Amino acid sequence: MNELLQQILNGLSLGAIYALIALGYTMVYGVLRFINFAHGDVFMVGAFSGLYLFRWLKPFFDGGRWLLAALVLLGAMLISATLGVLVEWLAYRPLREKPRLTVLITAIGVSLLLEYSAQLLFGAAPRGFPSLVEGGAIGGIGGLHASNVQVLVFLVSGALLFALRFIVMRTRIGLAMRALSLNPTAAALMGVNISVVISFTFGLGSALAAAGAIFYASLYQAIDPFMGVLPGLKAFVAAVLGGIGSLPGAALGGVILGVVETLVVGYSKELGIPPGYRDAVAFVILILILLFKPSGLLGKNHREKV
Amino acid sequence: MIRSKSVLFLMILLSTVVSYVFTGHPEPSWPIAQIDDYVLNIIVLAGINITLAVSLNLVNGHTGQFSLGHAGFMAVGAYASAWLTQVRGKEFLAALHFCDAAAPVVAFLLATIFGGFVAAIAGFAVGLPSLRLKGDYLAIVTLGFGEIIRVVIQNTDSLGGARGLTGVPIRTTLGWTFAIAACAIYVAASLVKSTYGRGFLAVRDDEIAAEAMGINATKYKVTAFVVGAFFAGLAGALYAHFIGYITPEGFNFLKSVDVVVMVILGGMGSTAGVSVAAVGLTVLNELLRQAEQYRMIAFALLLIVLMILRPQGLIGDPVRWFKARRANR
Repeated sequence: MNELLQQILNGLSLGAIYALIALGYTMVYGVLRFINFAHGDVFMVGAFSGLYLFRWLKPFFDGGRWLLAALVLLGAMLISATLGVLVEWLAYRPLREKPRLTVLITAIGVSLLLEYSAQLLFGAAPRGFPSLVEGGAIGGIGGLHASNVQVLVFLVSGALLFALRFIVMRTRIGLAMRALSLNPTAAALMGVNISVVISFTFGLGSALAAAGAIFYASLYQAIDPFMGVLPGLKAFVAAVLGGIGSLPGAALGGVILGVVETLVVGYSKELGIPPGYRDAVAFVILILILLFKPSGLLGKNHREKV
Repeated sequence: MIRSKSVLFLMILLSTVVSYVFTGHPEPSWPIAQIDDYVLNIIVLAGINITLAVSLNLVNGHTGQFSLGHAGFMAVGAYASAWLTQVRGKEFLAALHFCDAAAPVVAFLLATIFGGFVAAIAGFAVGLPSLRLKGDYLAIVTLGFGEIIRVVIQNTDSLGGARGLTGVPIRTTLGWTFAIAACAIYVAASLVKSTYGRGFLAVRDDEIAAEAMGINATKYKVTAFVVGAFFAGLAGALYAHFIGYITPEGFNFLKSVDVVVMVILGGMGSTAGVSVAAVGLTVLNELLRQAEQYRMIAFALLLIVLMILRPQGLIGDPVRWFKARRANR
């Protein structure tokens, strides 16, 4: 029982990271109705900008480790947000009226471009990621352990999710985002500046992905140019699992996926599934959910009309 | 029909002549025959890539579905055929003892066809559930299936696991490669040109309208998918018996993207176009081997710029282009 709880606890911090990335997919899907394939690579850029920010800023902060960590996090979010807006502006905006397949192919192109540019700039070998806060185990209740990185990841992710909810539900730009996802034409007629809202959505989603990247890198302590591919795909699965287009769904899907994945690895012997199948878990979930409940757990059913 | 037949005729002519000159002749006497192994290898790779691109084009181009898991079917074909010739190689050869000296070649051909059929079965199993989805969802699900195939092979010890399978007998010749490429082109071209095959184009152009006209869209989509997977399996088998060494990593997502790039560059839905693109990209890959790290950046930029400026593909339809030129004159 204790072991099960421990595994779930480990899964939660991974799930929180998936949730952060999944929100980017879901928001972009909400306003543009397409899957931003390059999102996982924006995540990767977030991790690398975190690494370099840490190196540059470190000499200026002797004692203030927490301040430094916060600055690295915010800086990486800012850089990724800029990148997200830039990608949308350069690659997706010219294609706004084109078929979705064209945009999808462009997204694959952007994804490859980011990956291989990063490989050219940073090298293909994995790089170590510094620990932003001092590590240490928190002996918890009933013999459960969690490192303080895990706890921090979970808490900050939660705070970011609430901040996002505030932006979407309580601000004017959030209102515009919701209007756009309901009906783009009507939103435009009501005076919503569609281009600004789309740029903002890309920026917001990319910033969350960067936060996820910093947490992911802190947990695994290694980053490489292709690190975004699998977490990106898994986060997409999380978004579909929760119902693409739904913000609480993406968060829920991310947490479920993280926990299930950790459990499958943790109980690989009992389940008879070798731990090597870890990466296949998400895809099996994706296929099952698309077959039996394509609208996802919290998504709305869309009926196709001729 | 005339077009596809002439293309087929050209391909078969080319394959027989070239294979005779390069491999059949015991003592090469022609100057061309002194082409070194390196060039020969590139030509064989080009043939394999033609098969891959044409088969993917059937799904992505003609039927308008977007599959990102082609490398998965290639892996199935490669491993299934290599299982016959390498893992169970001795038993298999012993079973074919009545063929005498031709036994290794017969084994290779049977294994290749076996690889194609296993891949087709995999294509059916993947296609039937996933082809209910459209566009981006289908792309991700096929990608997911491709990854699952890779992960399964990686964790199967009898297939070499992550280390890969070494010692696959090298049997692929230029002649067989181009014979199969010619078959792929012929099947794709005549399937689409036939009365039956108009259904593929109808599904691509408007699925709902096609359904309303009594076309069973699912059936067409699955057919395209299975035929595409079959030829991908053949290509995989050829590849395995050409390189002699296969790893699961060699059939990852990026391999699928390579094929997708060929199809997009050649123009989705143009068999002749994607064949030209497959050859062109194979050669370009070799030329850019020195600048490996810039190669993918160039391809990525090409994809993005192409989609903005010329979504129908760089080459489009060369045959039609030639005809139009002649008509203008």
